[in-house]
Amino acid sequence: MFVSDREQSVVRYNVNVEYFNTYTDVKMSVELDVFVGNTTIMDKEVYQLWLNGYTVNDAVKVRIDGGIMEECEVSVEVLISDTMDQYRTFQMCERLLHHPAKLANQLLFQIPPDRQAMLIERYYAFDDAFAREVLGKKLSKGTKKDLDDVSAKTNITLKSCRRQFDNFKRVFKEVEELKGPLVENIRQRFLLPDQLARDYAAVVFFANNRFETGKKKLQYLTFQDFALCAGQLINNWTVGAVDNMMEDMDVDLDKEFLQDLKELKILITDKDLLDQHKSLVCTALRGKTNVFTEMEASFKNLSRGLVNIAAKLINAKDVRDFFIDLVEKFIEPCRSDKWTSIDVNLYLTHYTNSAHILDTFKHHGVWTRYMGVIKTCILRMYHE
Amino acid sequence: MPGKLKAKIVAGRHLPVMDRASDLTDAFVEVKFGNTTFKTDVYPKSLNPQWNSEWFKFEVDDEDLQDEPLQITVLDHDTYSANDAIGKVYIDIDPLLCSEAATIISGWLPIYDTIHGIRGEINVQVKVDLFNDLNRFRQSSCGIKFFCTTSVPRCYRAVMVHGFVEELVVNEDPEYQWIDRIRTPRASNEARQRLIFLMSGELQRKIGLKVLEMGGNAVVGYLQCFDLEGESGLVVRAIGTACTLEKISTLPSTTTQPSNSSPSKDMKEPVFGEEAPGVPLSSGPPTPLRAQTFSSFSPSKSYSRQSSSSDTELSLTPKTGMGSGGSAGKEAGPLKALLRQQTQSALEQREYPFFTLTSFPPGFLLHVGGVVSARSVKLLDRIHNPDEPETRDAWWEEIRQEIKSHVKALGCHAVVGYSESTSICEEVCILSASGTAAILSSRFIQDGSLDVEHRLSRQPVVFTSGADRVEGDMGSSASLGFEEVAPPGCGFCHIPYDELNIPFPAQLTYCYCCRRNKVPDVLFTTIDLPTEANVTGKGCLIQARLCRTKKKAQGEGNATAISNLLPFLEYELHTQLMNKLKLRGMNALFGLRIQISVGETMLLGLASATGVYLTALPSPGGIQIAGKTPSDITYEQHISNMQKKINDTIAKNKELYEVNPPEVVEEIIGSPIPEPRQRSRLFRSHSESSDEVSELDLSHGKKDAFVLEIDDTDAVEDIHALLTDSPTPQGFYSCNTEIMPGIQTWTSAIQMFTSVRVFRLNNLNLTNQGMNKIFTDLCENLLKSLYFKLRSMTPCCLCHLNFTVAIPEDELIQVAVTAVAMSFDKDQALENGMHSGEKTHIKAIHENDEQLQFNLELNPDCLTATKGLADVTGCHPSAKDRCSSWIEQLRLKAHTMRRGSIKTTSSLEKNSPLPEGRSRSLRSNRSYSGGSVAVVKMTPLSFIPGAKIIKYLGIINMFFIRETTSLREEGGVSGFLHTFIAEVFAMVRAHVAALGGNAVVSYSMKECVFMENPNKNQAQCLINVSGDAVIFVRESELDAASVQPQSVTTQTSNGGEGT
Repeated sequence: MFVSDREQSVVRYNVNVEYFNTYTDVKMSVELDVFVGNTTIMDKEVYQLWLNGYTVNDAVKVRIDGGIMEECEVSVEVLISDTMDQYRTFQMCERLLHHPAKLANQLLFQIPPDRQAMLIERYYAFDDAFAREVLGKKLSKGTKKDLDDVSAKTNITLKSCRRQFDNFKRVFKEVEELKGPLVENIRQRFLLPDQLARDYAAVVFFANNRFETGKKKLQYLTFQDFALCAGQLINNWTVGAVDNMMEDMDVDLDKEFLQDLKELKILITDKDLLDQHKSLVCTALRGKTNVFTEMEASFKNLSRGLVNIAAKLINAKDVRDFFIDLVEKFIEPCRSDKWTSIDVNLYLTHYTNSAHILDTFKHHGVWTRYMGVIKTCILRMYHE
Repeated sequence: MPGKLKAKIVAGRHLPVMDRASDLTDAFVEVKFGNTTFKTDVYPKSLNPQWNSEWFKFEVDDEDLQDEPLQITVLDHDTYSANDAIGKVYIDIDPLLCSEAATIISGWLPIYDTIHGIRGEINVQVKVDLFNDLNRFRQSSCGIKFFCTTSVPRCYRAVMVHGFVEELVVNEDPEYQWIDRIRTPRASNEARQRLIFLMSGELQRKIGLKVLEMGGNAVVGYLQCFDLEGESGLVVRAIGTACTLEKISTLPSTTTQPSNSSPSKDMKEPVFGEEAPGVPLSSGPPTPLRAQTFSSFSPSKSYSRQSSSSDTELSLTPKTGMGSGGSAGKEAGPLKALLRQQTQSALEQREYPFFTLTSFPPGFLLHVGGVVSARSVKLLDRIHNPDEPETRDAWWEEIRQEIKSHVKALGCHAVVGYSESTSICEEVCILSASGTAAILSSRFIQDGSLDVEHRLSRQPVVFTSGADRVEGDMGSSASLGFEEVAPPGCGFCHIPYDELNIPFPAQLTYCYCCRRNKVPDVLFTTIDLPTEANVTGKGCLIQARLCRTKKKAQGEGNATAISNLLPFLEYELHTQLMNKLKLRGMNALFGLRIQISVGETMLLGLASATGVYLTALPSPGGIQIAGKTPSDITYEQHISNMQKKINDTIAKNKELYEVNPPEVVEEIIGSPIPEPRQRSRLFRSHSESSDEVSELDLSHGKKDAFVLEIDDTDAVEDIHALLTDSPTPQGFYSCNTEIMPGIQTWTSAIQMFTSVRVFRLNNLNLTNQGMNKIFTDLCENLLKSLYFKLRSMTPCCLCHLNFTVAIPEDELIQVAVTAVAMSFDKDQALENGMHSGEKTHIKAIHENDEQLQFNLELNPDCLTATKGLADVTGCHPSAKDRCSSWIEQLRLKAHTMRRGSIKTTSSLEKNSPLPEGRSRSLRSNRSYSGGSVAVVKMTPLSFIPGAKIIKYLGIINMFFIRETTSLREEGGVSGFLHTFIAEVFAMVRAHVAALGGNAVVSYSMKECVFMENPNKNQAQCLINVSGDAVIFVRESELDAASVQPQSVTTQTSNGGEGT
């Protein structure tokens, strides 16, 4: 409905005038109906319906079903009028919501700051189900064209999908080239609450690194699973994680670190080291778990899997497959052996710590930086 | 060179993209005043240019300063083609011309284009250096203060009220000039906007000159209107009340003293003592005894001249008046009469005893006679010579004369709450004027009231004898006799006319308060409820709506048809009002405003007023339905059913509005068939058929007003209409006046709004009844929508609910409403009554905040009521009522809590979450978002609850045109108008903020003319708004404010950061 005409930088609103027809009576029809308050009145419930992409008629139905007519003793006409009016207000505000900072110093609408915050937060809020679908995809026109599939799959209206997609794209474009911490940049540029800013950071991070999330094996993972992993990666594996003042930004992985990760290969290439590592881990684990034999049996495979993932991360293509690799090389074997999350935690803890005791292993810093993230990600991704 | 205007262009922001190639703009600014233009440099390639220009200086006459607006045009520089205009800002310099108003205009103002709307903002600074003008024959009137507020502005004291001022200027409408055919819509709109700015300025200047001649320094209740007469021109006219105001400089600490002093020991008495004795006979200008000699058709130019020539006398006469008024009661009859005649006739010759004020200091308004109104249908013709607008002037003269004669007939000498309006359709124009006939105090009676600054220290003579009163001598002496003993709460209800010589049939009873004087059974007025009035229960909005079809006609025939319809229209409106009043168990109407709009095929009548139960007036009778064929049993049953419904509604309403008269009800209530009583206090007529009307009026008066005969189809309609008026939802009250009787505990949460609806009638072959129903439903639905929209503010009252109807096209009805929703504190008595509530009351009393005169007046009563609910017996009757209303509120509160569906705010201090919270966090926002927007409140009322107005910055009078050729793309007509109204609000707020203010009071949307052409995808709208820009401080901040008023001023003007 909303058409943004960039060329003229004038935004026009297209309210479907047909809604008026429901309003008609045989003898008269409402030609025009507006309500303007000095303080802009916005109903949270209607705002949500608008954000959800409901048409005015559907929104009215939802409101009626909510029992508002009985509660406030109003007629359908009043509800339609109010809903249309609110929709119009939201459409007029939408242009400002694209640049939330403008909302605070525009003159057209007098909106109390707490309301402004509500408007922004809800406008930028997104459905996890939607985000899960788009996660890691290129935020391009092509993706946008496929949104009707996403809409059908997620049961989210196409309108709402488009808004959410546009939000992703807008945030992405805005912070893509910015220096400094990603989450903080998003929070400041879009005046979002912390958690939402983190979620956006995840979306931006995934889109930028093009992580593969759509494979069948990954389907069981939720957006929040990925968001947590993204947080881990952003906080630990990017350049900003080491030095906030660095020229580079949070959106790319630390190349130097990725280079260093290759050194970890020694853990699996050096036969002695591998055996030593295994025995240390097994000693620590013995008697503490029901799946000890399985652990012992699969140690070398698992270790190879994890170290190989580390060693390959220097290639962009392998970065994309990071999550699928984790699932294939670690999570699936464990799951088939019926490990519990506690087992996984126990195993990874001792696996990580034991490496430090190894005599000939020198790469403690890289190992900690790598395994810290791997452990948290795996634990989150390990659904029993 | 009496003035130097200086302007500086600082910066722009949010500019539109003008260069599509670069997505940027090369903006520069032209600053124009009169014929002088300055330009800034081009600031290339930016949407947020920083011009930081020098101070552009214009050396101009102060006359021009008053007439001309400063015109700022923002343009996009284009090397190869003509520069594109981005938009304009018009700045009214007037507030800077008065030393007591604003000193600088500085801030972000929206750049406005008539086609695109607001396109970014510009930061400007404007100052004026005025040199003293010693020229006695000057044409300017700089320094005269203008107020839209229809009462004495809150931080002023009226030293003298001089009386009525009026002026009109006419011009050709640029929209209808031949050149309009070849220029762009934008050019045409801009020409029109500019012209109206100029005309308003000129009008204000001319009115100012009249005020200067009268010796005043301010105009209160300034009402300016436009008549878009189309082909025949553009008329801008204004009326107001000239006053001499004095700023109150006393600190709040000193104002607490008078509240304790006894009424007799009044601080103002010495002033009277000084001036009153001796003067009367010596300085009264010798004038003919009877001054009814002039022709009512003489052009008003001569009037104005007369008034100008006699200004010296005028400034002297007040003293005379005061003397005569002050001592009249004690003096011998003949001398008094002589005095009266002398002063009265002298005044009458040049002045109308009209006052646009609607509320007065206590004791000023002595008696109210009733509503007087006059209408006249005129055929418009081209104004040939704009410099001599004689015809328009003469038309109004005629109407005013008629009003004056009505006033005389009511035994009164003044008109208060006076207003004028027009309705134009093609070449037919209905001129209307209405007001309330009244007798005003000639000598100010000090009764120890709390609001000191509202007292008049001196009285002008106008009040003693505004109107000619030959036969009224006896009556007036009677009135003078009792005015000294009349209790303030009921005095104004006492009849001003002679009981034996009643101008119309009326049923008089002894006043239910003082039992000494006669009062009528109902009272209709156009003023606000006097603060001192004793009221039982709460008030409510009462509307009468009427739609009458008429045949299409041209010229004279059309005018005659309309003028023949008018009396019937008014009669029916009146009947409706009366019935609805009875249905609510009330006996008086305040703020009555009857609007009649004319279209090609119909006439619309809308009467709005606030109904109240005046304790002094008798309880109204019920409504009785009678059938003409009593033999039929089913019919009887039908009637008795209806009767029962009506009785139930009355009972319900009485409970709802807490109308439970304190005294034992007398025979009137129970009696099934009420005695015949007079019902029409509405004098009306119009030039063509005034005789007929008054006859009609009288005959109606003799008839029994409250028996509705069911055989009469009209009566069925009436009953239907009565019963279909849906009650206001729980938690809501509504009124069209400044204050709502029965509610004192306003919180600071206010929400001003404008709502506009246009309805299209699809079937033109409708009967009158059908049309009536449509129109009634329309208004009712609009009200329902408002209640629904504002439900989060309950408990709240919609105040100043002001409906404007128009017939923009043949089948269209347009209804526009501007009002303010104000939350009040219902549960104060329950939870905080003994704590914060009481404290606030005491604080309020001690600080004696002069602003909230209405609240304060009632506060002591509340206090007693809250202190001990059991201690009712000792209370004043009105306090008793209030006690019961408190109990009622407790009950309601409990109910609310049980239901849990209605949001209630709990504590006095906390229940202003919106504004307080907002301003605070807006300030905090500032830190990271870089200069957020200061909150500007808007209200149609003259006060802001819980706050004190500390400065008036000047009048806001803005006129905008918006046009579109892409109606569909802008969201259709609703989208277009929604945006435009929001833009107008934004521009008003920005200009107020630039003046250093944080609120607009007495805001009104005078005009909203909407035209559309959906086939061409076009629409055009004109909006005119006005109000008073003010600085207010919250009462909570008042402690600090009272110590250092200056610091507060600066603090608030800075947007009030820091707290």
